[in-house]
Amino acid sequence: MSAARRSSAAPAAAPDRIARAFATARERGEAALVTYVMGGDPDLVTSLEMALACVRGGADLLEIGVPFSDPIADGPTIQRAAERSLAAGTTVAQCLALAAAVRERSQTPIALMGYVNPMLAYGEERFLDDCAKAGVDALIVPDLPPEEAGRFGDLARARGVALVFLLAPTSTPARRAAACAAARGFLYYVSVAGVTGARKALPADLAPRLAAIRAESPVPVVIGFGISTPAQAKALAPLADGLVVGSAIVNRIAEPGSRKARAERVERYVRSLKRATRRR
Amino acid sequence: MARPDAAGHFGPYGGRYVPETLVPALDELTAAWEEARRDPVFQAELQELLTRYAGRPTPLGEARRMSAEVGGCRVLLKREDLCHTGAHKVNNTLGQVLLARRMGKKRIIAETGAGQHGVATATAAALFGLPCDVYMGALDVERQALNVFRMQLLGARVVPVEAGSRTLKDAMNEAIRDWVTNVGDTHYIIGSVAGPHPYPALVRDLQRVIGDEARRQVQEHAGRLPDAVVACVGGGSNAMGIFTAFVGDPAVKLVGVEAAGHGLSTGRHGAALAKGRPGVLHGSKSYLLQDADGQIAEAHSISAGLDYPGVGPELSFLKDQGRLTLMQATDDEALDALQYLARTEGIIPALESAHAVAAARKVARKLGSGGLVIVNVSGRGDKDVEQVRRALAERAAVPGPRKAAGRPPRPPARRASATRTARRSK
Repeated sequence: MSAARRSSAAPAAAPDRIARAFATARERGEAALVTYVMGGDPDLVTSLEMALACVRGGADLLEIGVPFSDPIADGPTIQRAAERSLAAGTTVAQCLALAAAVRERSQTPIALMGYVNPMLAYGEERFLDDCAKAGVDALIVPDLPPEEAGRFGDLARARGVALVFLLAPTSTPARRAAACAAARGFLYYVSVAGVTGARKALPADLAPRLAAIRAESPVPVVIGFGISTPAQAKALAPLADGLVVGSAIVNRIAEPGSRKARAERVERYVRSLKRATRRR
Repeated sequence: MARPDAAGHFGPYGGRYVPETLVPALDELTAAWEEARRDPVFQAELQELLTRYAGRPTPLGEARRMSAEVGGCRVLLKREDLCHTGAHKVNNTLGQVLLARRMGKKRIIAETGAGQHGVATATAAALFGLPCDVYMGALDVERQALNVFRMQLLGARVVPVEAGSRTLKDAMNEAIRDWVTNVGDTHYIIGSVAGPHPYPALVRDLQRVIGDEARRQVQEHAGRLPDAVVACVGGGSNAMGIFTAFVGDPAVKLVGVEAAGHGLSTGRHGAALAKGRPGVLHGSKSYLLQDADGQIAEAHSISAGLDYPGVGPELSFLKDQGRLTLMQATDDEALDALQYLARTEGIIPALESAHAVAAARKVARKLGSGGLVIVNVSGRGDKDVEQVRRALAERAAVPGPRKAAGRPPRPPARRASATRTARRSK
């Protein structure tokens, strides 16, 4: 955690921050923990507090959601978070400012997760310039598969921002190879055919699928969609370089309570997950 | 007619902006369609269904009284309202259910706005004995209650969607989520020339039968090509269906009519081509109604089928190329045109199609005597009569704004309607 809170004397180039976070976790015998908070949910100040609570709880990577009106890859939990955020008037520019505010206080790598249309509306190059300025290390854009990402990916790379590709249980070996060849930062393996959201059970063939991808991938592979309990995190930690927890955190933010109470709740929960990522 | 490039692009539009989970399924669908559309056995079976079941070819009928009323321009109506289930939608769903069966899919899902696509999907699924879930915005479930019941009678499950604007776009989000989750055994029948590749090309290929027939019929009937072809544009399936046969004839004006709702300047409309900007929604890049921050705007139209903030990518491309002429009709103009066609030709069109009729009258007046116009009457109005009744009653009760919207058309019928009489007497 001390590494995460190191002051920002010399900002590292983006892939370095990501690579270092995974390396540090690996040296400690842990899977990296990636935590998701929707930007502006329910307001910007709260989401900043929640992101910092994740850092205090031991998150190795932060995902900050950029809200979109029509989030086709998300389940009800994150869709409602986006609705709350948009109802509060959150803009793309504010999400970038939120990332910058987190960056001022922490060197934990930041990935923005959002849909492509708001990024296009902001202006591709302007958006990527501002990501670099804000200290954003990576972008996760679930509706931008490699086929459509060529120019956007190139522009991002030129600015030191990694465009993260997703792989799914349905991905063919050819698509897996293409994603591995184009991979920057890390690869995001979607654990189930489905949308985001906490699930009781994960598929039985997860281990061999992840092993195959990790054998091929030049970058760390994280697993996401459906992880909500420390027990799941413990079971999955040996299988992947990192674990993503989203909806379960969003649910804890949505529960009633003061900002301070929510922050403590989130920090405590993230700490319990982080403990469970130890592989020993 | 051009095929899109290998990745499904029409110029800068189209493509596949979808979660990774769906890409392999879209690859599978693309390959299956490329094979099926060249397979004479598949085509023969589809042709048989279209002829013996859907009722094709539909007539291209002369609207004699309308022609006289607009000043002598010949107006021909392509009668898609006479298709089984009451709209052109069945051309697409029969083809896609055949394709789903060919791919071994066990379950059908669809989204619907006005309900016509839902009814057509439920019909095709029933014909082939496949279970079918239809996603429908909760608002549309309310305003299209009759079609909801029809789908249920046909054995489909109608799933109301409460998210967002509770209309077609939200139904489409939910259908995509279902498909992401059940992609192994489920085929998603998209109802318009929208969505990720291959849907825009697939649905157009299945709907081009409208234009192919119309082209043959107009040659037989009038001995020449029309001066203009007019069709309403929501997602654009009936428009692309009829336009495709004429795209290569530069002398034929292609007129796409969008929903102007309460008026283009009010922000309460469905005119994505006229007032939108290029963006990404539901898996493809196209003109979209959106705010400055890229959030999708809510569309509005009196017609649930035109109440969609996007439009098919090929139409966006045709617009940029200058091949498409854009017109709009407001809610009021569509209501007037519906009554007008009912009284002059004895045809109650769907509210969607009434938008095309409203614009066609203007086009025909301008062309005058010697002109020749085809209007695609994409569906029949039975589903809309209750809503039309309510809208007319409201309009009669509140005459003020109506006058500002311009004079209603004067039907050539001698007998004025009760509502018109009431309005005039105020």
